[in-house]
Amino acid sequence: MSLSPAQQLDATLARIPYARFLGVRGELAGDEMTLIMPFSPHLIGNVTLPAIHGGVLGAFLEMTALAQLSIAQGLARQPRPIDVTVEYLRSGRPVESYARAQIKRLGRRVANVHVEAWQEARSRPIAALHGHFHVSPSDGVPA
Amino acid sequence: MALSVEELALQKMRECPQAVALGMETLSWEGPVATLRVPYKPELVGDPDTGVIAGGVVTTLLDHTCGQAVMAALGAPTPIATLDLRIDYMRAAEPGLDIFARAHCYKLTRSIAFVRAAAYDRDAEDPVATAQAAFMLTGPIDTAPAEPVP
Repeated sequence: MSLSPAQQLDATLARIPYARFLGVRGELAGDEMTLIMPFSPHLIGNVTLPAIHGGVLGAFLEMTALAQLSIAQGLARQPRPIDVTVEYLRSGRPVESYARAQIKRLGRRVANVHVEAWQEARSRPIAALHGHFHVSPSDGVPA
Repeated sequence: MALSVEELALQKMRECPQAVALGMETLSWEGPVATLRVPYKPELVGDPDTGVIAGGVVTTLLDHTCGQAVMAALGAPTPIATLDLRIDYMRAAEPGLDIFARAHCYKLTRSIAFVRAAAYDRDAEDPVATAQAAFMLTGPIDTAPAEPVP
């Protein structure tokens, strides 16, 4: 209750084992959230290039969408993905990655979210996601 | 020369750090179809209140299984790059259960592979998620002439 939004974001990510597995942390500037995934060798999918695993990038984008939705909803409940499409634009190099989400529409039950991830330059995204998420508070099963 | 195509694929899997970190395992690899498993582990949980494994783990499993299906279809481990991956989440995985994924590379052109996949825990007919992916073949392969890498 007395936690700032930034502290709530940290607390939420710290509670999720898989966020710790990826090593993801968050930064908040006003209502603009950036998730950061520092490079770690276990994130590599292709050792020859080397490149971060495509699934890891998809997971990172999805986590960014979920975290942004949680902030928009006051972190009260965990949204759930309905469907996502991930586009791979450039290979994920073995450096720190960043992602920001934009909620295109937040309805009563469903939200539409776009996310982009980048490394050295935001103008050169490495992957993008657009997807739908359940945000309604009480429905235990998909509508 | 001494290794079969399947052994090569398994070796590649063992060399993939993310697959090793997840504990991912190839169960079968034949024709254009690959089946993989990721074991349930507490550190892969996405919702601490329910113990349900993270959607991102299913995403990685589906992506990886689709890639394996492409290599199974080509009959050789070959460099590929995911162009896009669409995932529909049908239901939450049951806490405590391993997750399986089965992918079918149903169309292969000289430069692109199209794949469908499903992830499930108890029953392949009751999937946790389904996926559709397209891959670019980025390296020279035996079954088709090499194209210049962009």
